[in-house]
Amino acid sequence: MVDSMTRSDRDGAEPADFTFDAESEDKIAAILEKYPSGRQASAVLPLLDLAQRQMKRQSGSAWVPRAAMDAIATRLQMPPIRVYEVATFYFMFNTKPVGKWHLQVCTTTPCWLRGSDAVVDTCKRVTGIRQFGETSADGLFTMTEVECLGACVNAPILQVNDDFYEDMDAATTEKLLEALRQNAPPPPGSMSGRQASAPAGGPITLTALEFPESATPSGGE
Amino acid sequence: MAKVTVDGIEVEVPNGASVLQAAELAGKEIPRFCYHDRLSVAGNCRMCLVEVEKSPKPVASCAFPVADGMVVKTDSPMVRQARRSVMEFLLINHPLDCPICDQGGECDLQDQSMGYGMDSSRYRESKRAVKDKNLGPLVKTVMTRCIQCTRCVRFAAEIAGVPELGATARGESMEIGTYVERALSSELSGNLIDICPVGALTSKPYAFVARPWELKKIDGIDVFDAVGCNIRIDTRGPEVLRILPRLNEDVNEEWLGDKSRFSVDGLKRRRLDRPWVRKDGKLVEASWQEAFQAVADQIKGRDGARLGAIVGDLCDAESMLALKDLMTALGSANLDCRQDGARLEAGRRDFYLFNTTIAGIEDADAILIIGSNPRREAPVLNARIRKRWLAGGIPIAALGVPADLTYPVQWIGQSPKALTDLRRGTEGFAQAMREAKRPMIIVGQGALRRADGADVLAAAWALAVACGAMSPDWHGFNVLQLAAARVAALDLGFLPGAGGKDVATMLAGGVDVLWLLGADEVDAAAIDPKTFVVYQGHHGDRGAARADVVLPGAAYTEKDGTYVNTEGRVQRSEFAVFPPGDAREDWRILRAFAETLGHRLPYDDLLSLRERMASIAPVFGRVGDLPRRGAVDLTPPAGDPEAVTDAPFQPAVVNYYQTDPISRASATMAACSATYYPALAEAAE
Ligand code: SF4
Ligand code: FES
Ligand code: FES
Repeated sequence: MVDSMTRSDRDGAEPADFTFDAESEDKIAAILEKYPSGRQASAVLPLLDLAQRQMKRQSGSAWVPRAAMDAIATRLQMPPIRVYEVATFYFMFNTKPVGKWHLQVCTTTPCWLRGSDAVVDTCKRVTGIRQFGETSADGLFTMTEVECLGACVNAPILQVNDDFYEDMDAATTEKLLEALRQNAPPPPGSMSGRQASAPAGGPITLTALEFPESATPSGGE
Repeated sequence: MAKVTVDGIEVEVPNGASVLQAAELAGKEIPRFCYHDRLSVAGNCRMCLVEVEKSPKPVASCAFPVADGMVVKTDSPMVRQARRSVMEFLLINHPLDCPICDQGGECDLQDQSMGYGMDSSRYRESKRAVKDKNLGPLVKTVMTRCIQCTRCVRFAAEIAGVPELGATARGESMEIGTYVERALSSELSGNLIDICPVGALTSKPYAFVARPWELKKIDGIDVFDAVGCNIRIDTRGPEVLRILPRLNEDVNEEWLGDKSRFSVDGLKRRRLDRPWVRKDGKLVEASWQEAFQAVADQIKGRDGARLGAIVGDLCDAESMLALKDLMTALGSANLDCRQDGARLEAGRRDFYLFNTTIAGIEDADAILIIGSNPRREAPVLNARIRKRWLAGGIPIAALGVPADLTYPVQWIGQSPKALTDLRRGTEGFAQAMREAKRPMIIVGQGALRRADGADVLAAAWALAVACGAMSPDWHGFNVLQLAAARVAALDLGFLPGAGGKDVATMLAGGVDVLWLLGADEVDAAAIDPKTFVVYQGHHGDRGAARADVVLPGAAYTEKDGTYVNTEGRVQRSEFAVFPPGDAREDWRILRAFAETLGHRLPYDDLLSLRERMASIAPVFGRVGDLPRRGAVDLTPPAGDPEAVTDAPFQPAVVNYYQTDPISRASATMAACSATYYPALAEAAE
């Protein structure tokens, strides 16, 4: 799969310009303070992330248009191409618009062994997406294939926007997608009902211990 | 220093040198793709693997620093096996389309695969394909061939100073390009073609023209600016097919500007291939005899003071001397080489030379540029300034029209008035100039082509003296010439003699017969209608259009010629192909014509002509090398430093791509101007 990152692919969606809003500006000031003067280019990653979040706020789609990369280049006084390189290197930056719910399915070996194929198939069936990288016709979902998300103990993982949904299977995937469609995302975490990454069916050691409520995954936003 | 043993040969290398450099010193060739002496080290192709004793794995020699006592093997079974594996990996995604690739025959990948490649591929899966990129009219891309060595990325960012190329995405999706699909904005972009080790970046105009083994290679000197870049002229049969840079550390290193490289097609278009004589207002074809007769009729019996000659910017020293000898024999002192009216002072060589020398730029520690845009006037020299800037710690300021010179410049004024403030120390940059040990002042033609040009020259000289740029071992006063012929002409004294007329006077009817030797930059329309104009040159450009007689001469690739660059370096260019049709070598034309008038020029062959040249100006006796000069005589040039006006400087070169008859005839250069100066192209229509 060669994804040619040329203009033409993205034409049409590309906004003419991009300016950081007040909320981003506040954060930029704090970020830039962390780096010695002359080393502002180090802030390129956090600024790209800010831009993507701002796009999400403003357009509902979390992506980094080229205009935003150019704005970052100007702000950090670096050649634009150096920003393009970083933005296209990291998979977490979307250089094309994505749907409201960005479904990032981990298909690396542990997840795959634990049934990521079923997750992928269900996503396809429910959203109508035919292959990775596509956005559903209703614009709600984009499905991306990602490598290990570092949560293999709860494989397979389906990351939706910033949140991990764990221990997925066909049924829970379908339920999750329906909930997302209703704009009612369930709390993230294990969808099989186990506690964090404790053994399925409940603890088998230290059973005498009482777990305080706060030790369970927060599950919140 | 570290002692390193390479394949049993002991060498001493400076600490911090790489194993590859040590191996080179020991005479061992290390295959490489990403490493290039003039670029930063990337260490990403792994072709340069060697075995280092006590290291369990082969190491990438280009990126591995030497240590004292290191024992290196460059040709052990382990090394060979490792390089074979690297080669196999590199070829996995390479299309192996050598038969249709322009790099074939001069491709590093092809060459190395002879040594380390397998006879067949074990790879059965599908190969990746990458979309080609549009880098403008000069560089053709076939990106599927790219091995991602990133040399081009580093060249653009480091040498050319236009960080527009990059590697986007990653892994199998990684691509080299600009991401935004635009022409590279560099006057040095052709060097990407040389630097790319494979056929990913090749020459667009030269695509599918020839194979390297069909070419005859001749050593030449570039004439498109006054840097005197050393070039290799590649010919096949009667045609010049391409021009490449030739290594000369003192002049162009291994670089060449785009105009010099890509104007070759201009050598075949609009050529003057037979003599022409104007009859009833129209130029008609003529024989040499008729043409000579027509000129002789005008000259015979005419007062020498009514004859004049102007030489152009591309002329070789030989023909200029022959013309001067002819004019002198006819009793004329009306000679001039300053087509642009630059107020050059020829009294002493260091008034018109780039005295610091080009390589000397690297020793400077402060630079002031006056009325020049070296990026457009001498891109290769500009790359040297950038190289110096990259080395760090050098303040650079300029007077003139602000422009992007590829390094940061403090623009401290638009007119020469600022020179006075600098000299008095009231301008901020004066401090930096005074503190510098080896400051440099570069005066461009934009500063001299003005009514107060001589005063600007004097003011720049005075400033150089005042800020300590002149000492017995450092000459910090520099004139950046634009024309390849200019310095030689000044050395030969091709200037108005006693009572002689200059360009402006000659044009305005000061002479009855005007001989233009390749002079196309004078305002031909301004020539008095009554003046009889003889144009001797190679292109049907402005001069020929106004001429009454046209004598077809030879372009720089068609003659043995001597050129003196802006530093004062005498260089010889060799004959590569014959001039078209009836055209002849220029000095021979002049000699033959003199004979029809009954004057014998005192030379029958090139050798005796060159001997005469050296006897007139001894500098011509020393070809190629150039000693560093110090400033010995501080007597200033004639101008008055106080008389400079506040008229703003005008750029000497507006359109880099079209500055002379050859580049104006070139379709490639026309395409470049349209791409890079769309506003100019529109205005011309
Ligand atoms: S285009 Fe050529 S120089 Fe540039 S990275 Fe690819 S192989 Fe190297
Ligand atoms: S393999 Fe999927 S999270 Fe590690
Ligand atoms: S030449 Fe050493 S890694 Fe490429």
